[in-house]
Amino acid sequence: MALCPAAQQASAVSSTTLLEAVGLECVRGDRVLFTNLNLALYPGQLLQVEGSNGAGKTSLLRILCGLAAPSEGEVRWNGRAIHKVRQEFMAQVAYIGHHHGIKGDLTPVENIRIARGLGRANGAVSIEEALHRVGMDGYNDVPARNLSAGQKRRVTLSRLLATLNQVWVLDEPLAALDIKGVGLVEEMLSEHLLHGGMAVVTTHQPLSVGHGRMTRLSLD
Amino acid sequence: MSDAGLPKVFLVILKRDLTLALRRRAQIMNPLIFFVIVITLFPLGVGPEPNILQTLAPGVIWVAALLAAMLSLESIFHSDFEDGTLEQLLMTQHPLSVTILAKVTAHWLLAGLPLLILAPLLAVLLHLPGDAIQVLVITLALGTPILSLIGAIGVALTVGLRRGGVLLSLLVLPLYIPVLIFGAGAIDSASGGLPVSAHLSILGALLALSLSLSPLAAAAALRISVE
Repeated sequence: MALCPAAQQASAVSSTTLLEAVGLECVRGDRVLFTNLNLALYPGQLLQVEGSNGAGKTSLLRILCGLAAPSEGEVRWNGRAIHKVRQEFMAQVAYIGHHHGIKGDLTPVENIRIARGLGRANGAVSIEEALHRVGMDGYNDVPARNLSAGQKRRVTLSRLLATLNQVWVLDEPLAALDIKGVGLVEEMLSEHLLHGGMAVVTTHQPLSVGHGRMTRLSLD
Repeated sequence: MSDAGLPKVFLVILKRDLTLALRRRAQIMNPLIFFVIVITLFPLGVGPEPNILQTLAPGVIWVAALLAAMLSLESIFHSDFEDGTLEQLLMTQHPLSVTILAKVTAHWLLAGLPLLILAPLLAVLLHLPGDAIQVLVITLALGTPILSLIGAIGVALTVGLRRGGVLLSLLVLPLYIPVLIFGAGAIDSASGGLPVSAHLSILGALLALSLSLSPLAAAAALRISVE
């Protein structure tokens, strides 16, 4: 069982802690994936979750962003359990999972427009700019189902730019991306951390992020 | 920074679902064609005797409407579950029940409202008198939204299951029985020249009940299914 080093200080500096997990336990079937897991995430911090296949990385991420409930323990946002401050918490969290979360029948622009309509739109960046940034301009009239896996991933990533979220929870964001795409994700993360954002990322590849503090959590 | 209000969120999702449906026209048409075919089969099967057809008409039309609704129910959440957009819908800061109400409204506009337009034509085929046709349209207007609302709970419960289709009908069809009884009953009374206000009041009450409770129930069910 590995503890995030920040977790030990969590109680001492809880006033600045934004996202913390206390005594999390996750059980799948008969197997205990992790138990008594504590972590704390501060602005400008990136938590890289590592572990072999089936170690519970995705389960942990889904618990952290409120999509799944832990069997024990709770996730807190500014010191309060996330299910009690759901609205406030959800307004700040962006989740990218294994599925791209985009509709194949809609174009990239339409997909991002819906994401902006449901979340908090980033007024500083237009939809076109966000898609340009991830290298997806020129596909405005193409239904997303005709895009390659890597291109779909890029559209999904542009959602992070087009909406405002303090916490990014990214499950294998580098999957299907080429080398340039990996560089893009690192650059986006770096910028996000610089502006006081937080991120929880699972990946099997080493990440190098310019700004912000990086901590590792191993589930093995 | 703009914080989207609830009416805006409702409209965003309604527009999204309608756009998606228009790009998959066959999916909208299938239940409607089913509805038309089932009803036109009856005169062929039981013979063109006006009295028999008139007696059968209310039940036939309502059973066909129920089954047509069943056919289209899965579309409310299923494709969203498969491509991961359902997770994104669950992760907004707005109450999930508003999202669900918008999705149910879209479903009704595509699967319920067209029945209101088709039914009077098919009722003529079954020799239903004019007064009864009027009542038929009213019962469908009150009843089909109930079918969409109750159905949403069933789909929310079964969306995570691999073969949820059969379970869905087992869950939902028994809950449709009151709608069937009072819907068909009102048309029966109307063609017999009896007052129908009692039937319609009960349908209205069922609509009010399902409108207020089913988005909440479906929201709770959906959270469990996605977990």
